[in-house]
Amino acid sequence: MSADAEKSYDRVAYYPGCALEGTGHAYNRSTKALAQALGLQLDELNNWNCCGAMEVKNIDPELQTYLSARNLSLAGDMNHDVVMAPCNGCYHNLKKAEYDLANNEQSRKTVADLSAKAGHAAYQPGQVETIHALDWLKRTLGEDGIKARVKNFLKGLRIANYYGCMYTRPRHIFPEKDAGTGSESTLRPHFMDDLLAAAGAENVDYPLKTACCGGAHTLSDSDTSTKLVLNLLETAEACGAEVIATECPTCHSGLELHQVRAEKTLGRKTSVKVLYFTQLLGLALGVSPRKLGIHENVSDSRALIREKGLT
Amino acid sequence: MTGSAESFAAWEDRIRGIERADPDADTTAALLRIAESVLEAWFEARGETPTESKREGFRLLALHRQGAKGDPSFNACRETCRELIYRHNVAALDARATAAAGSARMAARLALHLCLFVPFRRRQDVGCGAG
Repeated sequence: MSADAEKSYDRVAYYPGCALEGTGHAYNRSTKALAQALGLQLDELNNWNCCGAMEVKNIDPELQTYLSARNLSLAGDMNHDVVMAPCNGCYHNLKKAEYDLANNEQSRKTVADLSAKAGHAAYQPGQVETIHALDWLKRTLGEDGIKARVKNFLKGLRIANYYGCMYTRPRHIFPEKDAGTGSESTLRPHFMDDLLAAAGAENVDYPLKTACCGGAHTLSDSDTSTKLVLNLLETAEACGAEVIATECPTCHSGLELHQVRAEKTLGRKTSVKVLYFTQLLGLALGVSPRKLGIHENVSDSRALIREKGLT
Repeated sequence: MTGSAESFAAWEDRIRGIERADPDADTTAALLRIAESVLEAWFEARGETPTESKREGFRLLALHRQGAKGDPSFNACRETCRELIYRHNVAALDARATAAAGSARMAARLALHLCLFVPFRRRQDVGCGAG
């Protein structure tokens, strides 16, 4: 489903997903703090479930489609036609469920059967639009709206924007991307760059913005994940970045934890800080670091934030 | 080309060596060849024959497309391949420009990422230590 110019995104259903209640808690906190600061309303889905993540998808893709479809039907039950998912994994899975239900008879049958068994109406494709937190801010305020509300310009803070590999692929489940002027690009995504530039940041030319961080196999092949992340961090520093901005809890925790691990196991220290883009925008809007959960990050950016006068 | 773990480690060392030597426009062509070798190794490990054809003028893109056929998750390295070619083109456009050296350094980073990502995928493919 593509962006609808007539549709309001000021009040949307909110699907935080499991990661935002665990390792990505600071992302949940900063997203909600941002919504409050901007006067936007997030209605958390009642009784939401896991989207199926990677674990269920690898074992039973049809079950994963059902799990994601159930969340979409919950949004419909709450009379919402838009659900916002800040996690790349959840966003990807909800979009994939939408695509599968629109194009795959077997998926429709499985979802109908499981929904009947669970005692709720089956989700019908097209009822609810899934958007990412980046879409949400682009469509509600956009760059001009952010600029008008900025209290602490990010004062030339040099940022490498890291989108990870799930935000843009596979392309066919994101029909609204690569759709001309103003749309997101799958080859060179720019929504995070646009929003942070509006808040005064200086975006560096970062060539690995959609490269894999190894997040899916961080436990099963930690050494390669560490080397992949180290390359992401060292490249950001080579580009002159002081901060890597993230928009996915899996990527974010992978960058933070493997930064520590790279120093311990490979003796390679990097000093670039890792912050969620919602935390950076929150700082620009004058929200306190504590309300944005900056103290919860493993990557300690508090000295940099003070140095830049962002508190 | 055996595509053994030793090869990947050797390619990784070569890329790091190129980067340390302050790469220029000429070195991006060498980086492209290493990237092609990395993808060739992926196919050979799967018992497939790597394509010799080109796409948009580059064999690397044809190799990537071959890898993604029937395995869409291989597209996780699509932009890495395309970005590597972009940096190669920028470096080649004007070898004397300051931008060329910067692009060549970034090309080394991209080639390194590919060199780490592909064997990572390969271990998952054969079920070694992968979920």
